Amino acid sequence: MYAFDIERPTSVADAVAALKDQDAQALGGGQTLIPTLKQRLAAPSKLVSLTNIADLQGIANDGDTLRIGGAVTHATVAAEVRLTYPALADLASHIGDPAVRNRGTISGSLANNDPSACYPAVALASGATIITNTRAIAADDYFQGMFTTALDDGEIVTAVSMPIPEKANYQKFVQPASRFALVGVFVAKFAGGVRVAVTGASNEGVHRWAEAEAALTADFSAVAIAGLTVSADNLIADLHGSPEYRAHLVKVMTGRAVAAAS
Amino acid sequence: MPKDDGIGAATVRREDVRFLTGRGRYSDDIKAYGECAAVFARSNVANGTIKSINTDVAATMPGVLAIFTGEDFVEVGGNPAGWLINSRDGEPMKEPKRPVLAHGKVRHVGDAYAAVIAETAAQGRDAVEALEVEIEEHAAVINMKDALAGTNYVHDEIGTNQCFDWGWIEDNRAATDAAIKGAHHVTTLELVNNRLVPNAIEPRCSIGDYNPGTGDYTLQTTSQNPHMTRLLISAFVLGIPENKLTVIAPDVGGGFGSKIYHYGEEALVLAAAKKLGRTVKWTSDRSEAFLTDAHGRDHVTKIELALDDKGNFLAFRTETLANVGAYLSNFSTVTPTFLHGTLMAGNYTVPLVYVNMKTVFTNTAPVDAYRGAGRPEATFSLERVIDMAAREIGRDPIELRRQNFIKPDQYPFASAAGLEYDSGNYDALMDQMEKVSDKTGFAARRAESEAKGLLRGFGVNAYVEACGIAPSNLVGILGARVGLYDAATVRVNATGNLSVMVGAHSHGQGHETVFPQIVANMLGIDAASIDIVHGDTSKIPFGMGTYGSRSLAVCGSAVVRATEKIIAKAIKIAAHMLEAEASDVDFSDGTFSVKGTNKSVSFGEVALKAYIPHDYPIDMIEPGLEETAFYDPANFTYPSGAYCCEVEVDPETGKVRVDRMTAVDDFGNVINPMIVTGQVHGGLGQGIGQALVEQTTYDDDGQLLSASYMDYAMPRADDLPFYVVDHSQSTICTHNPLGAKGCGEAGAIGSPPTVVNAVIDAMQSGGKNITHIDMPMTPHRVWTAMNNAQ
Repeated sequence: MYAFDIERPTSVADAVAALKDQDAQALGGGQTLIPTLKQRLAAPSKLVSLTNIADLQGIANDGDTLRIGGAVTHATVAAEVRLTYPALADLASHIGDPAVRNRGTISGSLANNDPSACYPAVALASGATIITNTRAIAADDYFQGMFTTALDDGEIVTAVSMPIPEKANYQKFVQPASRFALVGVFVAKFAGGVRVAVTGASNEGVHRWAEAEAALTADFSAVAIAGLTVSADNLIADLHGSPEYRAHLVKVMTGRAVAAAS
Repeated sequence: MPKDDGIGAATVRREDVRFLTGRGRYSDDIKAYGECAAVFARSNVANGTIKSINTDVAATMPGVLAIFTGEDFVEVGGNPAGWLINSRDGEPMKEPKRPVLAHGKVRHVGDAYAAVIAETAAQGRDAVEALEVEIEEHAAVINMKDALAGTNYVHDEIGTNQCFDWGWIEDNRAATDAAIKGAHHVTTLELVNNRLVPNAIEPRCSIGDYNPGTGDYTLQTTSQNPHMTRLLISAFVLGIPENKLTVIAPDVGGGFGSKIYHYGEEALVLAAAKKLGRTVKWTSDRSEAFLTDAHGRDHVTKIELALDDKGNFLAFRTETLANVGAYLSNFSTVTPTFLHGTLMAGNYTVPLVYVNMKTVFTNTAPVDAYRGAGRPEATFSLERVIDMAAREIGRDPIELRRQNFIKPDQYPFASAAGLEYDSGNYDALMDQMEKVSDKTGFAARRAESEAKGLLRGFGVNAYVEACGIAPSNLVGILGARVGLYDAATVRVNATGNLSVMVGAHSHGQGHETVFPQIVANMLGIDAASIDIVHGDTSKIPFGMGTYGSRSLAVCGSAVVRATEKIIAKAIKIAAHMLEAEASDVDFSDGTFSVKGTNKSVSFGEVALKAYIPHDYPIDMIEPGLEETAFYDPANFTYPSGAYCCEVEVDPETGKVRVDRMTAVDDFGNVINPMIVTGQVHGGLGQGIGQALVEQTTYDDDGQLLSASYMDYAMPRADDLPFYVVDHSQSTICTHNPLGAKGCGEAGAIGSPPTVVNAVIDAMQSGGKNITHIDMPMTPHRVWTAMNNAQ
């Protein structure tokens, strides 16, 4: 780790001001950033911790939509939305281990947009809106490829607005070492149609599977996607799986998510 | 007799109080006044020529005290291999020098070529980044077959990448070839025994200290055998006289073999301490551990099993390439040879065995013994090919093994691979395994799995291994450069409690609990009054340390011998106190009594008399009550076992889940059944890890792709089933005083082939003509095999 300064602002305005310094870096739960710093793979001049900002805490429910503060931890999501959005609670409860879940935050995960992370899948499948200090960004516009988002420098995710589907389920087939998603599929059924988001599989990061959405909107059953095929083009190849394996798993996990949706 | 803490009692581990309450004292916990930090500059290329190292800028960085490069150690020795192996043509193995710091060339990613000593580790890291280093990268030698075929040498000076080409038993080669040629049936299997990263929970750490006032050096280090480390540093590397060097291995958080060996970092911190007159500490980070701890396994093998028309085994023949990495680690030459080839007859009466072993230098981390050390590789090859043969000839895999088992009335049995097994009963182990695993319920469980859309397989394994390494005379003939005895000193203190100094080192094994159980049993006193001292060469007798499941069988036997000497002397003292002839004095339950009388003295009274020798036959008996024994075993010990497991395979994803695992082992006499069970649990976990998830992958450039826990999977609790562990079917080791065989590695030896056999059984049940899948059987690999079989 290289030396750096740290600030712990208590308001979004102070955080935004602190992030104007050159090479300042926002710090959520630090579950990706801190290991990166320990490896000396990043050298920010200053870390701006977001977890002391009261406005970034708390989960609100207006009946149709959850508003989750940016600094809410995975453990809190897992505990508090179990009845309102069980598939989201289940997803949050299987991120990392208890230490990760007690530190890691939803805004940290969404801002990092790891191609194998879980939160991008639920955000995209739910048609979430990412709320920042300056604007609201639809999930479809927010995720722009592996580790890439619509966020500008210094922009802070203050909350996530998550529509609650009629039925949903997340199927994560874990990478054996990291236990990130080798392939994860989140299926969400709304009155207006079905959304399917895939994480872990693509070199482009989280993405929707349009053919499955159309088929499932017409017939929400695992059989509905039986005739579909997933192209292996541009899927991730690594130690843990070939593009062809990931393509296969996308379909298998989608079918299982549909079957398990509740 | 202390029934609750003597031999056979499941005494709770006393060391766990400090380990589980954060009061263990590991090397990095030790903070010396004025200590400074060593940080190593490590190669990020696998093969390169060091053109220049300019230290000018780094030397002026804040906190920097000294910088060492390979140039500083040209005049000193190298870290040697502990065992000389001769090739089949009689030529000795190739032994390129392994220097303290790389000089001239770097030979694997992580190879240290410089070290900065600074006030803090952070300052040291800054200075390492400021070194101006020019390394000309060359093509790396990674694949073993390519290494043997090509002319790109890891060590130019030896002109080959082959360390040796060993045959065992060479005199049996022609007969084995003929038996295979003429056999009714030959089963052939090519397999890989996957390379493993040891992953001790405590990374290596070494602290060097030098006292200019006395000329004494002290090394505190994460070692499984401090005396051997001292010997290597003194006799081979730095030339520090043994009497001026103390090596201390305090609490050590696991080793699994990787901390047997002497590493260059240990020599560096001593040299730096001498130069600076400061205490110098190096603590490995996890990335360094992945790159530089000696890895395990890494064999590529072709094995053939010849059978007659009745299913009798006629011969095993193997050709193996074993990776030794870039340098010879201390045990790297004995592990694939005498710890492997000698076990290639397994549990069987097979008359012929021939092993050809070629060891290969590559631009990868050194490879050495890892939990099991050669025997897991032997067992895996044997038990996989036997399973395959049973399937090919239509025999039940258990019955085929039983037919060829050595029978209880055949001991001592001279195996075709050159060992003399002293005891065992493999059929009894198999009977017990079938019973406690509820094998008869398998069909119903398979039906349940299939109803869920899953395939279910049953896998079986029998193993015999060799522990308690070993008779010094024999290993000397075979090329060992050290003896392999162990030692214990039993010191009875004046007030009747005991300190027992042992040569074995405990880094998870539970010696502090088990050795007192032995002594308490012999002396009839409370085990709580006995403490074990280990890990400090200034306190303990010269012992050879802990590996090869040898602590109890060898060092425990030394404890017995030393305690016998204590009893013999104490009887003489008691006889004087009781005014009787020593031959008339009985000793039992901690009391010396005169036969046929009610006269007696306690053990404590005798101890006090030994140290306050008033009214004492000083002309006949020395004062004091302290005895040392060195124990050199007459033979290896031969633990054996019968294992089975049941797996479920998800045919859609290739995911394997071990649902049931049964281990029935013969460890001889068991001193503490709870600790033995725990050792088996740990070994099973590591074996299942090897079989299913642990994957060490270098790319063609020699970069370790699986260099962190993001990509190197370790088995976790939810990867593992509840185990059935049974050691009720013991036969006694015939040649050591405890009758004990050793249990530390068995689980890691017996489980990998069991799991693979079960997965193959599951594949076959699903109609897939799959005869082998290499480890680790990751979901991707199993799915690919199933796809290819369609």
